[in-house]
Amino acid sequence: MAAVAESKGRGSAVVMALYLLFLMLPIYWLLNMSLKTNREILGVFSLWPQNPTLANYKTILTDPSWYMGYVNSMIYVVMNTVISITVALPAAYAFSRYRFLGDKHLFFWLLTNRMAPAAVFALPFFQLYSSIGLFDTHIAVALAHCLFNVPLAVWILEGFMSGVPREIDETAYIDGYSFPRFFVKIFMPLIASGIGVAAFFCFMFSWVELLLSRTLTSVNAKPIAATMTRTVSASGMDWGVLAAAGILTIIPGALVIWFVRNYIAKGFALGRV
Amino acid sequence: MMDKPVNNRAWFLVLPVLLLVAFSAVLPLMTVVNYSVQDTFGGNEFFWAGLEWFDEVIHSDRIRAALGRQILFSAIILAIEIPLGIFVALNMPKKGFWASFCLVLMALPLLIPWNVVGTIWQVFGRVDIGLLGHTLKALGIDYNYVNDAIDAWITIIVMDVWHWTSLVALLCYAGLQSIPDAYYQAAKIDQASRWKVFRYIELPRMQGVLLIAVLLRFMDSFMIYTEPFVVTGGGPGNATTFLSIDLVKTAIGQFDLGPAAAFSLIYFLVILLISFVFYTVMTKDQGGQ
Amino acid sequence: MTKIILENLAHSYLPNPTKDSDWALKPMNMTWQDGGAYALLGSSGCGKSTLLNIISGLLVPSRGRILFGDQDVTNLPTAARNIAQVFQFPVVYDTMSVRDNLAFPLRNRGMAEADVAKRVAEVAAMIGMTDTLDRRAKGLTADAKQKISLGRGMVRQDVNAILFDEPLTVIDPHMKWELRTQLKDLHRQFGHTMIYVTHDQTEALTFADQVVVMYDGRVVQAGTPQALFDTPEHTFVGYFIGSPGMNVIDAQVNGNIATVEGAQIALMHGFGALSGKTQLGIRPEFLRLSTGDDGLPYQISRIEDVGHHRILRGKVGTADVNVIVPEGQPIPADANRIIPDPAHTHVYVDDWRVDPAKAERAA
Repeated sequence: MAAVAESKGRGSAVVMALYLLFLMLPIYWLLNMSLKTNREILGVFSLWPQNPTLANYKTILTDPSWYMGYVNSMIYVVMNTVISITVALPAAYAFSRYRFLGDKHLFFWLLTNRMAPAAVFALPFFQLYSSIGLFDTHIAVALAHCLFNVPLAVWILEGFMSGVPREIDETAYIDGYSFPRFFVKIFMPLIASGIGVAAFFCFMFSWVELLLSRTLTSVNAKPIAATMTRTVSASGMDWGVLAAAGILTIIPGALVIWFVRNYIAKGFALGRV
Repeated sequence: MMDKPVNNRAWFLVLPVLLLVAFSAVLPLMTVVNYSVQDTFGGNEFFWAGLEWFDEVIHSDRIRAALGRQILFSAIILAIEIPLGIFVALNMPKKGFWASFCLVLMALPLLIPWNVVGTIWQVFGRVDIGLLGHTLKALGIDYNYVNDAIDAWITIIVMDVWHWTSLVALLCYAGLQSIPDAYYQAAKIDQASRWKVFRYIELPRMQGVLLIAVLLRFMDSFMIYTEPFVVTGGGPGNATTFLSIDLVKTAIGQFDLGPAAAFSLIYFLVILLISFVFYTVMTKDQGGQ
Repeated sequence: MTKIILENLAHSYLPNPTKDSDWALKPMNMTWQDGGAYALLGSSGCGKSTLLNIISGLLVPSRGRILFGDQDVTNLPTAARNIAQVFQFPVVYDTMSVRDNLAFPLRNRGMAEADVAKRVAEVAAMIGMTDTLDRRAKGLTADAKQKISLGRGMVRQDVNAILFDEPLTVIDPHMKWELRTQLKDLHRQFGHTMIYVTHDQTEALTFADQVVVMYDGRVVQAGTPQALFDTPEHTFVGYFIGSPGMNVIDAQVNGNIATVEGAQIALMHGFGALSGKTQLGIRPEFLRLSTGDDGLPYQISRIEDVGHHRILRGKVGTADVNVIVPEGQPIPADANRIIPDPAHTHVYVDDWRVDPAKAERAA
């Protein structure tokens, strides 16, 4: 209602402006650096590039050892998202619709995996995937990230599914739908925003994770994040390229946010508000 | 919901998740348990070591110090990010263009790879080329996160606040959005002060999302690895060596499998325990009566 | 306590209203007498909640003034107006006990704790919640929560008016009746001005002394329930009040003769020659079945027995017309005509009733 909104005055605007400034400054600084030459970065201190250059971006986009990092990251992130959502959908349906032997324990146990420190799993994963010949493959990273993404996806989807009245399932069965057909044709469209939110989170956590993805890869599936750390230490601080690489890692996230912007708030509450 | 039908065939629907998580969690965890009770003198020969490693871990001053730092870090993070997140959420525009604008910008730090977050702050805080470090130096403040433990802590805390406060704020915002206008109108008519509106309308409505926020922030801050590792590498000295950094050093750096495994299990259990305590305390209130 | 005057009041939710339809509330003048029990009746979207929120100060009107007695309160905030309002859905402070909920508006105004306790006890007795005063509000049923909302609305004795915005929507039917009776009693007892918004005519007619009917952002009629029934000033009032509503039939009117579908009937008054969309409005209660050639040609399509009377559904030409036949009166098998009671036959031009007295003076 208008009157309520109006009561938020100038004070709120100032608070938000300061907070957003705080969030944006470091990112701006990175952007600023990415458009400078190394000489300018180290030589003059300036708030914006004096001689803007795209050379740093060109370095990255023309060198396979750089840009393959992005390709690798995208491959395992997409694989992980697809796997997580696919297995989580039926499980979330089971949790939201039925009681069964050990359901509560199972649900809690799934969630405990979200609490497992990645550091704990780094070494065992390394050994496990090496022993079955999956080391340095995209699927290894995708599967490893399922450790925390599958429980999260189940949790989010269960929240959205519980919001769909059960009468809809029953009506569909009475109308003669088989379970798989009902699930795909009727139920999934109903929780489309939930699936979107779950996919967003899987994407997010898989995209930002480094410890496991670095441990499980060496060359062929090396993620961009790892490429950054290694190249930097090897080439004696090429600040401009580092900054450009950093900015390029922000772009996929920014794109994804743009697509889900209308669901962000509800999504971050995992459909449970 | 009480009226869900009992159907044990639902297990078939859960089976894929079960197999997948068993593969990626149970199997590795068994390896960890296995290592934690064995010793090796090289090669592939292992000996039963009983609880020796657990004993060593529990009495290790190094790990105890790391645990202390970890608890202090998580406590500071929660103490800053939860109130700040609530405060930001309360000041966000409710709808329209500016609401979307704020949401998109706020979500941005959450989707930056964690090592890039570290890189951003590593650069930002540098005295020679970073805006923050340079400005502080220009103001005559002696700031150097590489050599000074306090400065390193401040940098990492500010970085974490920068990185994660938006998550808390977005959760609280979602909670606030679910409050019908009638509540605010009733409060006006009842002549409730701004504080009372917060205390009796907004805070109770945010309880559920705050629980999620506290749990997520606690777990993730307790497991923090990448960001401080990039910024300080755990230093100066061991000043910012948190549990995960210490663990990775032991396990992958020194290949001390036994102690690392025992350490892992204890670490995991501590997180479970504290999460459980948080969960119990924060839901205790919800029964009614 | 004081009377509430609306002067040239109008409201639009748009910043720059241009068309007539941009206005949620069209310009109106109205006076709410001190101590009156009013019902504000209309279908959803007719502007009744907007009007209520303007009176309580939750909305500032785009135009016009609101006066409480002599004081202009148009720009005063809600708190300064001393109004109580109860909303459609229960608003309770979940974390407080029932007692604290009821005490909340009093404590916020700095009332002494002893007086608060006394007043809360009184209100709790009124709404029948003395036993549950110390329970947390959260676990209560929707009924109980709405009773708390009602109680909070009535706990302050010095209010200028109590506004109810469809307060019984979530309440069980039998409980509705009970609460409405209680509200009525409270009104008699304490004499607060009460304005009760509803879309349910039964609720409006049983609660209020004065019913204000709104349609499309306008007050179309304000009057006693009897007046609304006998002489609806607008076809909407005719439709909306009564069960079934008033029949509205297209007609040509010339002097004191109305022509419908070729049949002529006599009117009690002369109206001259009317132009515009001319219609007759006759309530089903005032139509009599007949055979032969007098009255209007009528074709019965269905008979509904609703207990104490029967409702005939049928048509005059293309217009749907309902007739109420009292119990015990036979329905002739060959009935093909209806004869209106001239005393209760109204003439409408462009949906507004033509006042016969004025029409006669003009003619």
